[in-house]
Amino acid sequence: MSRDVWILVSLGLVAALTAVTIGFISWGVSNHAIGFGFWIGSLLTLGIFSYLYKDNAFYKFSEHLFVGVSASYWIATYYWTQIDTNLWGRLFPAQFPHAGHQQNLFYVIPLILGLFMLARMIPSIGWISRWSLAFIVGLYAGLRLYGFLQSNIMEQTRDSLRPLYIPGSFVDSLNNTLIVVGVICALLYFFFSREHTGAFGVASRVGIFFLMISFGASFGFAVMGRISLLIGRFNYLIQASDASTGYASAVVTAGMVLLLGIGALRSRGDTQEA
Amino acid sequence: MFWKTQIPVFIVFVVGMLTLLQWFIPHYPLNQIQVHMTQWFDIIAVFAIVLGGLNLLKLQFAKITARQKDWQYALVTIVSFFVMLVFGFTRMGLSPDDGVRLGSHLQQEGSNFHWMFFNVFTPLSSTMFALLAFFVASASYRAFRIRNAEATLLLVAGIILMLGRVPIGHLLTAWAPSYLQLPAIQEWIYSVPNLAGARAIMIGIGLGMVATSLRFILGIEKSFLGGDE
Repeated sequence: MSRDVWILVSLGLVAALTAVTIGFISWGVSNHAIGFGFWIGSLLTLGIFSYLYKDNAFYKFSEHLFVGVSASYWIATYYWTQIDTNLWGRLFPAQFPHAGHQQNLFYVIPLILGLFMLARMIPSIGWISRWSLAFIVGLYAGLRLYGFLQSNIMEQTRDSLRPLYIPGSFVDSLNNTLIVVGVICALLYFFFSREHTGAFGVASRVGIFFLMISFGASFGFAVMGRISLLIGRFNYLIQASDASTGYASAVVTAGMVLLLGIGALRSRGDTQEA
Repeated sequence: MFWKTQIPVFIVFVVGMLTLLQWFIPHYPLNQIQVHMTQWFDIIAVFAIVLGGLNLLKLQFAKITARQKDWQYALVTIVSFFVMLVFGFTRMGLSPDDGVRLGSHLQQEGSNFHWMFFNVFTPLSSTMFALLAFFVASASYRAFRIRNAEATLLLVAGIILMLGRVPIGHLLTAWAPSYLQLPAIQEWIYSVPNLAGARAIMIGIGLGMVATSLRFILGIEKSFLGGDE
């Protein structure tokens, strides 16, 4: 059988498994649905992790499934939280009483601008989506200009203007001095209108050190966040290897390793024949 | 030209100026701008998400019809897209007499959408992000190989911060005076040198945002119109 047929047969099997699961939950056989949930969850979790070995069919399947499911997930979630409540709820309050809004016909404007946005799918009238984009850009610029001026510039500058000498507290004085010097030097590093040489160069080099510590801290937090997600996934797999779930993750792991091994042997054989 | 370029620039100017004015004149009717226009923003953003979904389908169908490499997986995307969409807009999985309103069914245990969220979407999204832990580890290894003062500082700060926030960090330095223990050092790094660097970055971002916003509002920056303008 050709590679295309193999892929289609595998996809068909996974689709059948998903359909059976959906059938179970649709007809209210919830215990089976929970059990199957672990099987599906284990398959997808290990499918993504299998990328660490190499790009393979399990990963590609899981990745494409993720794209499709997440696109619809966000469409449905935002439709019910925004369009249903804030748009229909304001245009037709009698038909959408759960939204709890009074009628406001001005909301026909975002409806029209939203439809203009969809016009991008039709090349001949796609330019009209620029109007919707212009609204978004203008509003965002107006909101952020003031917001960033207030929070990022005024507030941060105000809090950086600290007393360099605090009587009776050497540590606080040193810390405040370091913060003031660090902020000034790091800002000097971002000043590109002048060559970074001499005293200016020294100050900007000191600024780089402060920036690197900051990036290091962000790096540390990023690693910790990812590791905690990883622990969460491992906990899930351990939970799914329980007898009550039919040893889902253990069986899926064994099956996946077996299939990837067969695939590796086959590709090795093909290479040798060639 | 007028409809395609000048009108969008005019819309940006009017909407931007009105939004800015409401900060300085916080009275009726200008004070309604933030309340309603931000809602309008969210509503239009939903249409943008729908546009993204339609574009995704268009690309996947094109991949199938052109029989591009791995076109079979495009089928997975299309099928899963429609399956989740159907679950998002129907009450499948719930009995007709349980009184759950369409829309509330998204978070209702027993609905197919809820099941898909917990057994398909959550495992996929959290594993996808968890996978990055391995790539971050490989990135830090590469940073270690650079061996200059800046890269070393970055890694040392990161490692101290990580160790200082977990029990092993405390155990490793339990013998030392309290101010030399890893939790205390990481706290100092976090609240002094890190604060200085982060603050400079925030001020820099703020200045950049203000300048860029002004350029958009005044019509100097027109990149949102596309590359040919």
